[in-house]
Amino acid sequence: MTAPALEVRELALSVGDRRRRWRVVDRVSFAVEAGRSLGIVGESGSGKSLTLRGVMALTPAAVRIDAGSVTLAGEELPLHGRRTRVARRGRLAMIFQDPLSALDPVHPAGAQVAEIARRVGGRSRRAAWVRAIELLDLVGIREARRRAHDYPHQLSGGMRQRVMIAMALASEPAVLLCDEPTTALDVTVQAQVLDLLDSLRAELRLALVFVSHDLAVVRSICEEVAVMYAGRFVETGPTAALLEHPRHPYTLGLRQAVVDVDDAGRAPRSIPGELPEPGQLPPGCPFNPRCTYADDACRHGTVELESHGEAGRAVACLHSDRVPAP
Amino acid sequence: MGSPTPVLSVRGLTVSFASAQRERILAVDGVSLQLHAGESVGLVGESGSGKTTVARAIAGLLTPDSGKIELDGTSLTRRSRSDRRAIQLVFQDPFASLNPRRRIRGVLRELLHVHGLASDPEIEARCVELMSLVGLPAAALDRRPAAFSGGQRQRIAIARAIAVEPRLIVADEPVSALDVSVGATILALFDRLRSELDLGLLLISHNLAAVAAICDRVAVMYLGRVVEEGPRAAVFDDPRHPYTRALLDAAPRLRPEPSEGPRIRDEAPPAGARPSGCAFHDRCPRAEEICRRESPELRAVDGQPQRAAACHFSNEPHTGGRAR
Amino acid sequence: MTTATLGTGALRRRRRLSLHALRRFPALTAGLTLLFVIVMAVILAPVISPYSPNQQNLFHILAGPSWAHPLGTDQLGRDELSRLLWAGRTDLRVGALAVIFPFCFGTLVGTLAGYYGGWVDSLVMRVVDVLIAFPFYVLVIGLVFIVGTGTRGIYIAFAVADWVVYARTVRATTLIVRESEYVAAAKVGGLSDVRILAGHVLPNTISQAIVYIMSDIVLVIVAVVTLSYLGLGVQPPTPDWGTMVSDGQEFLTTDWALATLPGIAVVLVGLSLSLVGDGLADLLRPE
Repeated sequence: MTAPALEVRELALSVGDRRRRWRVVDRVSFAVEAGRSLGIVGESGSGKSLTLRGVMALTPAAVRIDAGSVTLAGEELPLHGRRTRVARRGRLAMIFQDPLSALDPVHPAGAQVAEIARRVGGRSRRAAWVRAIELLDLVGIREARRRAHDYPHQLSGGMRQRVMIAMALASEPAVLLCDEPTTALDVTVQAQVLDLLDSLRAELRLALVFVSHDLAVVRSICEEVAVMYAGRFVETGPTAALLEHPRHPYTLGLRQAVVDVDDAGRAPRSIPGELPEPGQLPPGCPFNPRCTYADDACRHGTVELESHGEAGRAVACLHSDRVPAP
Repeated sequence: MGSPTPVLSVRGLTVSFASAQRERILAVDGVSLQLHAGESVGLVGESGSGKTTVARAIAGLLTPDSGKIELDGTSLTRRSRSDRRAIQLVFQDPFASLNPRRRIRGVLRELLHVHGLASDPEIEARCVELMSLVGLPAAALDRRPAAFSGGQRQRIAIARAIAVEPRLIVADEPVSALDVSVGATILALFDRLRSELDLGLLLISHNLAAVAAICDRVAVMYLGRVVEEGPRAAVFDDPRHPYTRALLDAAPRLRPEPSEGPRIRDEAPPAGARPSGCAFHDRCPRAEEICRRESPELRAVDGQPQRAAACHFSNEPHTGGRAR
Repeated sequence: MTTATLGTGALRRRRRLSLHALRRFPALTAGLTLLFVIVMAVILAPVISPYSPNQQNLFHILAGPSWAHPLGTDQLGRDELSRLLWAGRTDLRVGALAVIFPFCFGTLVGTLAGYYGGWVDSLVMRVVDVLIAFPFYVLVIGLVFIVGTGTRGIYIAFAVADWVVYARTVRATTLIVRESEYVAAAKVGGLSDVRILAGHVLPNTISQAIVYIMSDIVLVIVAVVTLSYLGLGVQPPTPDWGTMVSDGQEFLTTDWALATLPGIAVVLVGLSLSLVGDGLADLLRPE
């Protein structure tokens, strides 16, 4: 049994200063096989972006990685120290939400892709340029040879996102982490980029981890999904099954807040209350103040993620059997 | 609807801008729409469609090149202060639309005072009432925007808009910068306020799901023109313009259905580079020779007065309508 | 679960502006402390200086430090410490007053130019361009020659020469703030231009100008001292650091304190104002 392309165990991140620290990612574990995709879904502030940054060891200064392990095809990657960047080069890549700030405005698009192809791939300048054009073509940029000379500000949002994907692919990674890459895009462009990511996943056998606040987007590209709340996973499983019948009240709430275009006319139902800030978590299950099923047991003691019935599903809820289908 | 005068009537709105190269770029080209009291209309379009320009023109932030904008039947050219009250705007970015240095109370008081909507002893009570209408505690009045989350700031922006008791709210992508679940709350708030306060709502979005949730009528824009309009259910079930179809196909769904036809490619050309004939023909899966030559007019569909589409083939029903 | 329930949620914690906050801005605290000490010293000069600054004692000229004269005496037997304190009164007062007009006028002009654009902006910017073309001291000295020496001349010279930086800074920020959505919302809300400028634009643009005041006061004080050193500023017998330096020049090899102490005083004032300026810049940034 080959090791999964990416395996993360008990990753924990905290933020704060010398006197007080709060957990923002709390013992998160997941694994993704080559050629498969995992979605991480949650509201802003749930810790989903920080989880990816923890895996990349790219956390902001105030955030500290407290514990956990990240393993790539069986080999453990360091989470601290100077070797983190080198250890991930050519194996793990990440794309971000805002392509405008991820691209350097003073260099043409092609040059930015070529630079990575040269440094990580060890190619000559000429070979790297050729590779850059290949990649720009692969990501669906028409007239790649000509557009490689364009500067980021000359490109539309969708194209910039494609350039960023090309840059990520230039290092020939086995795993691609995606942090809300389509949130800022128009819906037709989003559809194109999602199709692109999906076909790249299949063709290049990439392991994809896709973070989003949009359940419908995750549904369209991820076979498995993990729902995140206040720094922890509260439910995981195959996307279709999970959405058809959620087992955690928060997942149900997220599901009901989305209006499919086909369900037009049904008012979306919102979850009362708001996500708690780190450091202001209630005792017991972090979701309990907003939960219709909460009882005393939920307010005391911890609730862990446990497997639930059908294969591959896990829930962190004491009342998972009472959660109805939406 | 054959009804009382619409609250808002826009006819032939045309707006152009000077580009950096000193050319005139047509951002909005002859757009017309109507909105009645208590009605919500969704204006759908992607970047470059001109929808934000339409919103700003309606709200009086810019002067159109030509066209009529009428409020309750009276033309709005030079807007007086009371004219300005009638149409309010809610913006997309909750982090930029509130003055970072002012407390909420100050912003609301100023509006109430300037328009004479509450006498001094009543102003505080009215501020508290506005906060509760949007679901925020009275304590929020003492704070500055930085204390609030995105969803909460949008509520404050909505409170600011309803403070002057408008007839119509134009919401320009009000939930695009928010999480889906938070956005659902804001949309529900719009819907509730619309019925409680008998407001008209013009909801502008590139996200069909947002429009699907709360709008009675829908108009779809592409490169400055309306390409389809009609009752929401009819347009979504049986779109008559290929662009509308493409938008529906592209929308991510919780319950996926096999999509009809190929995805449209590329992106809209920049406003200055409008294709000849039908502006959509270069991306349209249905395009034929006539589409390259002739730009289709916005015409009634199947003879129904409430539905219209600007396509040479608009009378063909959408094959395989979606079952509801 | 009810539909459309309106959640509220916790508001972020208030940032308490208190002594605790002062600890977080060490530059501001240090600057304010030093400035406070200096300002108190010169305000209380009439009370704490042991002698009148102009009281001559020709029997005790160029004396070194002693119990009677902690910092010695100058070439006319006047107590150095008293002169330093009284000169500080003059220089700080002139410096602080001289920036008021440039600040107010420059901010006003910059705001109007930035907000309205068009011919107002073009006119203002051309005037600014002309004034900026002159090196600052050339302009000031020239003006003082025209208008006359003394503190009156100083005030007028700075009023003409110093407002341009404020105008440019405020104009630049105004151009940005003018396009912001909250200003658009204020217009849609039917507020008059005056209200928008005063209540929405200015609070967001003025912080840069306020921070600049601190360095401007330093600039002005140095310029006042320089002008006085050249004989064009504060006229004797009013004590002033600049004239103290020029008087003490000839004794540099024997009694160096006479020329250097006033200079050190200027440096300390400059240092404290810089620190306060830095601290203010941090403090005034919106959260």
